[in-house]
Amino acid sequence: MSPRLYRSLRLGAEIAVPILILLLWQLWTVHADDPKFPRLTTIIGEFQDLWLFSQFESDVLPSLERVLIGFGIAVVVGVGLGIPIGLSRWARLWAMPHVEYWRAMPPPALIPISIVLLGIYDKQKISFIAFFCLFPILLNAIDGVRGIEPTLIDTARSYGVPWRDTVRRIILPAAMPQIFAGMRTSLSLAVIIMVLTEYWSSANGVGYVLSNAKNTLQMGPMWAAILLIGLLGYGLNLLLSLVEGRVLAWHRGYRATASK
Amino acid sequence: MLEIKSLGKTYVTGETATHAIGNVSFAVDEGEFVCVVGPSGCGKTTLLKCIGGLLAPSEGEVVLRGKIVTSPPEEMALVFQEYSRSLFPWMSVRSNVMLPLRHKSIPRRERDRLVDDALTEVGLAAFVDRYPWQLSGGMQQRVAIARALAYQPSVLLMDEPFASVDAQTRDDLEDLVLKVRKDYGVTILFVTHDIDESVYLADRIVVLTQAPTEVKEVVPVDLGPERDQIATKELPEFAQLRTHVYRLIKRERSGDELHGIADLDVTAVGDAGTVGRSGE
Repeated sequence: MSPRLYRSLRLGAEIAVPILILLLWQLWTVHADDPKFPRLTTIIGEFQDLWLFSQFESDVLPSLERVLIGFGIAVVVGVGLGIPIGLSRWARLWAMPHVEYWRAMPPPALIPISIVLLGIYDKQKISFIAFFCLFPILLNAIDGVRGIEPTLIDTARSYGVPWRDTVRRIILPAAMPQIFAGMRTSLSLAVIIMVLTEYWSSANGVGYVLSNAKNTLQMGPMWAAILLIGLLGYGLNLLLSLVEGRVLAWHRGYRATASK
Repeated sequence: MLEIKSLGKTYVTGETATHAIGNVSFAVDEGEFVCVVGPSGCGKTTLLKCIGGLLAPSEGEVVLRGKIVTSPPEEMALVFQEYSRSLFPWMSVRSNVMLPLRHKSIPRRERDRLVDDALTEVGLAAFVDRYPWQLSGGMQQRVAIARALAYQPSVLLMDEPFASVDAQTRDDLEDLVLKVRKDYGVTILFVTHDIDESVYLADRIVVLTQAPTEVKEVVPVDLGPERDQIATKELPEFAQLRTHVYRLIKRERSGDELHGIADLDVTAVGDAGTVGRSGE
């Protein structure tokens, strides 16, 4: 297949198929005339009314902020803990049972206690997102550090590279591909948890709009919220993969040559 | 300048102890080129890691210019066999060579000059901005050599550095090492399983026994300072030395077979004088 044909086919799949699905939705809803499934045109109208831009500042921005801060904390803590735990067998022995216990915890199980302890405002939402986003990053960082080629470390040692430089210039970049794998999982999780906490108890945010729409039985805003949440997740993932493409540019080329 | 004194290494895993290195003693003089050869699996890499301060010996000691080696000394640089695993794939060629210099207190300009000189010495001046994995195997090993040179060691330890490149590249790299030795005046301890290579490069060859390893014989190589891939290898002395070293190792090897271990490729020895080149 020529690269050009491949590109246009990919672009087609990325854009044309969703458009087709939306068209089918419109055809079907016009035909079905069911208030639970509003017409595409109605949803888009609601979408415009809600998000462009009357409630953008009051609901979308707070949600985004919570996702990004919570995710950011998870990245910093996950990498910060993952490197020492990955490097030390003793630390793993001590830490892994705790990590395994808490990562198996379903998020809803902790909502009540988090509200009791932290209230219902940003502090609770951000901590909640950070806590559950921590585990995929932490586990991947640990794995990434453990999987480092020993010869790389020997090389650094034989050249007397100081420990701080070894961590910063060798261990961290070597574990980076796995850390990014964890970050991808965590970012999707961050959106899920953001909606969950806001849906449960909140005064603003897209999850709050969703819950509000449910309580007042407004189908238009509900669908508009679903559409927005999906787009948020999609956009955030796209952003992360752009960052990854830059940071791990070496890794794609390296893998391609290594597999030859 | 470098003395290995009754060095021994025993690995203990659980209740079994593996006696890898029995008792190895030899010395390397200032500016000398010493090759260490031995049958496969005789613990050459372990020995070199002990000498380089990466592994603590179980018995004996390594003394570099009067000081006992307990951690990697600043005067030593180690070139590993697996260039693809010792070069950092996320760093450019230049950054790879620069890395060991970052923590040294050298002015920036001087550091850049060391890196440029080393890369020019190995013929890679045009490839500084590439990633190592964009280069061929032989070129990657040149990067590893340049990194060692820029570090300005007085002793260069090389662990079967050309074991995974093709024969022609290997010839070029052998000549490169000889040139480097002359240009940088560095002492070289070179571990190899290739008998031809050891005779071609060395001033002296240390022949090792099967594990638990000891020194079988130290063979002086009187082929003069200038070596040439064709002329040197045509000399009758070259052939004699090669045969002599080969016999020493083969005797070790037949000792092995009695114990049912035979991992050397004898058929490859015939005319090339190489043992187990296809292996490892």
